[in-house]
Order: sequence, then structure tokens, then C-alpha cells
Amino acid sequence: MDMQGRSIVSIRDFTHEEIDAIVHKALEVKQGKWPRAMQAKVLATLFFEPSTRTRLSFEAAMVSMGGQVIGFADPNVSSAKKGESLADTIRTVTGYVDVIAMRHPLEGAARLASQVASVPVINAGDGANQHPTQTFLDLVTIHEEFGRLTDLTVGMLGDLKHGRTVHSLAQALSHYRSRLVLIAPPSLRMPEHLKRELQASGCAIEEVQELAEIRGELDVLYVTRIQKERFADFQEYERVAGAYRLNREALGGACARARIMHPLPRVDEISGELDGTPNAIYFRQAHNGIPTRQALLGLVTGAIR
Amino acid sequence: MSDASRTRKVYAIERGTVIDHIPSPMALKVVQILGVQKEGILTVGMNFPSKRLGVKDIVKVENLLLSPQATDRIALVAPTATINIIDGGEVVEKRPIHLPAEFKGLLRCPNPRCITNAEAVTTWFLREGGGAEMAVRCLYCERVYPDPAELLV
Repeated sequence: MDMQGRSIVSIRDFTHEEIDAIVHKALEVKQGKWPRAMQAKVLATLFFEPSTRTRLSFEAAMVSMGGQVIGFADPNVSSAKKGESLADTIRTVTGYVDVIAMRHPLEGAARLASQVASVPVINAGDGANQHPTQTFLDLVTIHEEFGRLTDLTVGMLGDLKHGRTVHSLAQALSHYRSRLVLIAPPSLRMPEHLKRELQASGCAIEEVQELAEIRGELDVLYVTRIQKERFADFQEYERVAGAYRLNREALGGACARARIMHPLPRVDEISGELDGTPNAIYFRQAHNGIPTRQALLGLVTGAIR
Repeated sequence: MSDASRTRKVYAIERGTVIDHIPSPMALKVVQILGVQKEGILTVGMNFPSKRLGVKDIVKVENLLLSPQATDRIALVAPTATINIIDGGEVVEKRPIHLPAEFKGLLRCPNPRCITNAEAVTTWFLREGGGAEMAVRCLYCERVYPDPAELLV
């Protein structure tokens, strides 16, 4: 599969076979098969919205494979501040580098950038829409744990209405005959249109309101943060967030063997007492951001094949 | 006088495009989407009795033979429409409307956080499903809208 020149904008753009190939390539990179692959290549990290974690992960990925990085971490220092359009910024930067990683607060910004750039654009988050490298690193982590992506039961807990990470992950898993168990309060359930789309592409979906209601066992429990700003009433937030906090006590029954994942940063939705358990794989998941982004950078620039 | 003969007597044209079976009252919307307001003589008829639709509208554009690409743009407001191309007073082509797979520059994305509302970008929507289940998805922000006719620019 040749991905040279291709932009990574949305998980929707990828077939089952392409997702498989990227996951396997990331695992190869992690085993050290492609050292120094990005030598003499330059990455631009254009962060029109701050995100220290994602930016550092891209930069570390590039530098540790011998590549160079230019860019900005704060839109106030870019020409966007002077009123330049995004399209013009991209048309300019595209002539300086081999690949662009971009985060932007507006949805669809990465799609537009990929249309005007002459080098591949990797979406590092476009508002509430997509964050495909997060999804790929989630898939890499799951594959690493289970040796497969097919036929897994994956619980998704928390804010399933707004969370782009769970939406994208669910879309990706829909290629793999997954069973999804959605655990959310009524006000934060996954949107109907997305559930219909997932079911149409072969996902079995079960919806419950609490962990205790789950029948059978979960292979993975993917936890997301319930954000204060989603609630008009602070007390309501406290009540709901409290009910979805994961601790040792909640970790019986369906979750006894489940691998716990989280896109991070967590606040208090996973108790620190779980960090040392075999269930907790969220830090390893975050570390997989490096080989995953290395594989993607290498594939789209043609440095890895 | 039958409906057919009345249509022929009052509205017959020598050359042009007749768009029949437009669900009432979408005729003016059809004219707007086709952008033919200033393209010569235009006849708009509304609320004719119709066996198929109950009531229908008709639009006749004289001296303009519209391509399928042009007329398929009205699919969102008039999926039942039929297109008759008239030349020399004869119907030389009769065709239905095909629902396009994508709509460029025709709809506006209502999501205020969508890049198409911040930059000079031609909007681009992908059709999902068909018939009563039809929805469109913005190629940029990827949001899905179940009632595309409401997004017409």
C-alpha cells in the first residue's frame, strides 16, 4: 500500500485494509525497524490552538527519527494574527516543508488545508471534529494488547455525545465486527445518526446507563472526561461526574479484566489507585503516540513503505 | 378543456426546457437554484392539478437547453420533477432528476464552527442515503443534516 502524498484528515477516509496496514506499520516502528527514516525531512507543526501534549508528541516522533521540526505553538505569533487566511498560510508553508501537522479550532480546517497544500497534511485535531492520530494510537494500543482488532467488546464511558475520540474510535472499530457497549448518562448519549451509521457498518451496540448494568465482560473500557462546561447546573455536573468515576470498587463484574484506556489528560474520572493495576494501560496508550505518529509521518512522506 | 390541452395551448414553447412535476410550491425555489431569473422568457405555473402529486408546479425556460448537471441541482427541492427538452416545438429529450452524490456550492453549513463559515471556501456536501432517509454530510466539519433543503443558500 502506497500512502505517499496522502493527507490524514479523518478516520472516515480509511478502509479496513488501510487501517490494518497503518497499525502494523506503527508496531514495526515501535520494534525499531525504521530508525532515522525521517532524515533530511522537515515537519511543520502549525498549532492554531494550543495543545502541548499532541505537539510534543509530533515533534518527538519527528526528531527521534532524524527529522527536523519548524512551526508555532501559539496562533498569536503566526500571520493568522495579521488576518491572513488559513488557506494562504498553508499555501506558503507547503513550500518550506515535507509534511504539515496542524491543529485548528475550527471544524474542517484540516480538510481545507489538505486541499490547498502540495505536501501531506496530518490533522492534529480540528475543533470537535476529528483527531485521527489519536484514533490510530488507540487502535495500535488495542492491537498490542489483544493481538487483533476483530471481535472485541469495547465499553465507552462518559461523555459520548461530544467526545470526538470515542466517535472516531467507534467508526474505526466498526470495520472489525466489534461489540460496543455505550455507558453514558441520558444527556450525554452518543448521537443517533452516529449510532445508525455504526450499526449499518456492522457494529453491535448496547446502551446502558451504569457499569453495573453491563451483561458479559468487556475487553476494553475506554473512559472519557465529563466536562463541567457541558452542564448549566454545577450540582448536576457533580452528581453525574461522580457516578461515572472509575475506582477499584467499580472495577468488578464486567470490568474485572477490562483494559482501561483514556485519551488523557484525566482529571478525576479514573482514580489514581488503579494506576498500578494490570487493567490500567492509559499511559502506555499515550506513549504509543510516538510510534504511531512516526509511522504516519513516514508513510505519507514516502520515508516508510 | 383538459389539463393537457390547456398546458399545451397556454404554455407551449418552441425551444427550451420544461420542468414538470415540481411539488408545489417549490417552483420559485427551482428558478432560484437554476439561476435562470435573467435568462430570457421564463414561465412559472403553480398549483396545477396533478394525478401523481395532487398539485404540481411547472417552470418553462425559453431558449435554454439545460444540461442534466444543471437540472440535477434541483433534486433537493423537487426530486419528483421531470425534464423535457424542447426543440422545434418537439420534445427531443425527456428525463427524470438524478440525485447527485455530492452538492458543491449549493448549500450552506449551519455549523458556526465549520471552516466554511470562516474562510472563502465553496461548500461541499456528500449525500447519505436516499428517499425519505436522505441526509447530507458536510465534507469539512462532517456534521450530518437530515433536511438538506433547509440549507439551500
